[in-house]
Amino acid sequence: MIEVDSVCKRYRTRTGVQHVLENVGFTVSPGEKVGILGRNGAGKSTLIRLISGAELPTSGRIMRSMSVSWPLAFSGGFQGSLTGLDNLRFICRVYGVSHQERVAYLEEFSELGRYLREPVKYYSAGMRARLAFGISMAVDFDCFLIDEIVAVGDNRFRQRCERELFEKRGDRARIVVSHDPVFMREHCERAMLLEAGSLNTFDSFDQALEHYAAGGRQ
Amino acid sequence: MEASLRKSLAIQCRVVGALMLREIITRYGRHNIGFLWLFVEPMIFTLAVMSLWELLQVGHGHGLPPAAFAITGYSSILMWRNIAGRCINSVEPNLVLMHHRNVRVIDIFIARALLEFLGATASFLLLGTAFCSLGLAEGPVNILAVLEGWMMLLWFGSSLGIFVGSFGIRYELVEKLWHPLTYVMFPISGALFMVDWLPPPLQKAVLWVPMVHGVEMIRAGFFGNSVRPHFDLGYLSAVCLALTTLGLAQSRIVSRELVPE
Repeated sequence: MIEVDSVCKRYRTRTGVQHVLENVGFTVSPGEKVGILGRNGAGKSTLIRLISGAELPTSGRIMRSMSVSWPLAFSGGFQGSLTGLDNLRFICRVYGVSHQERVAYLEEFSELGRYLREPVKYYSAGMRARLAFGISMAVDFDCFLIDEIVAVGDNRFRQRCERELFEKRGDRARIVVSHDPVFMREHCERAMLLEAGSLNTFDSFDQALEHYAAGGRQ
Repeated sequence: MEASLRKSLAIQCRVVGALMLREIITRYGRHNIGFLWLFVEPMIFTLAVMSLWELLQVGHGHGLPPAAFAITGYSSILMWRNIAGRCINSVEPNLVLMHHRNVRVIDIFIARALLEFLGATASFLLLGTAFCSLGLAEGPVNILAVLEGWMMLLWFGSSLGIFVGSFGIRYELVEKLWHPLTYVMFPISGALFMVDWLPPPLQKAVLWVPMVHGVEMIRAGFFGNSVRPHFDLGYLSAVCLALTTLGLAQSRIVSRELVPE
């Protein structure tokens, strides 16, 4: 279970205090697939970082009674001066899992070959995505947080990601943030809409999408 | 997840360990002697400074073995200066790692402080042993007293590190002032003299400098009755405690506002 209880997030900026999230609250049960739709800059990534615990809310509480991943975003979260394998070892150490057997998995999944032993800064965007996704799958979580999954990689890579995440780990909960309603419909059972810092829940998926589409026309 | 204290401690140890290994690889790489640089670097520093002091006859004329005087003095400087210096600007390059919930600002400080502590300690130990076996110095009279002084300097260095590290995140001025400050502190930090050698009014003034007390403690242990040390453990502890409290409070404030890269 994840409980988000009246969460507010404000940032201090040069031009004054920026209110990014206002009084956001919802719960996610084990196995539930939740989508959060929102336009660019609506606060989706902030919300997902708050849920992961990487950032802390200005006020309100977030309780996690199941294990929650870091925001899987296919690029960030890795140190450029380290090699792919070093990054894997670091993540494994931080999450307390052994890295020996996971090296083979990463080698197989990422298809990076000898590049796994080169610093990540020399990787192309596609290589980074393969590394990031491979490492993300090294640790087991009850709930995966997925931030804008669709942007990178070729078709083959996307299919393999979807198989790993949505089929093999289909029984886990997931929270997906995206601005893509099609992707959302495919992978979520329930959608919420993030607009101007507040989160709206809807009775049905279609209602949420309708509302989202209407927002685009205005 | 409401974790118990023991569980949290286990997580923190894991994270600090991971950060230390990461730090070693990014700093020293896997070329030539790799992580051995961690203490070879301070050893080279100490040897170079020792030779210079020998030429300038720093600390001569008071009946103390020059090699031991230089090792105790310069190792003490390395301890607080390296720990605190490494804590400044330590969070920015690690922001990508903050995507992981259990990696917190304080863990980065702890990891860096521990590494510098290990480097300075290994350098102190190796050089000390080498000079003793070469007959250039005699072993410490009271090893526990040396250890006590060394630990106090560790506390001072780490509390200063957490202080300048966490204030430096919000105020760039901290980093700008740090470098001139270390230069000014070098001659008055107690490494180049013993307090007893100074005229009484100067003694009083120099005893306001916290690390002087730590160096005096180490030398008191090292040289025993051949020196008259001046130090106040209570004063040094009070300064460390104040720095620790302020530093921890500020690191808590900044970690509430930190945005992972």
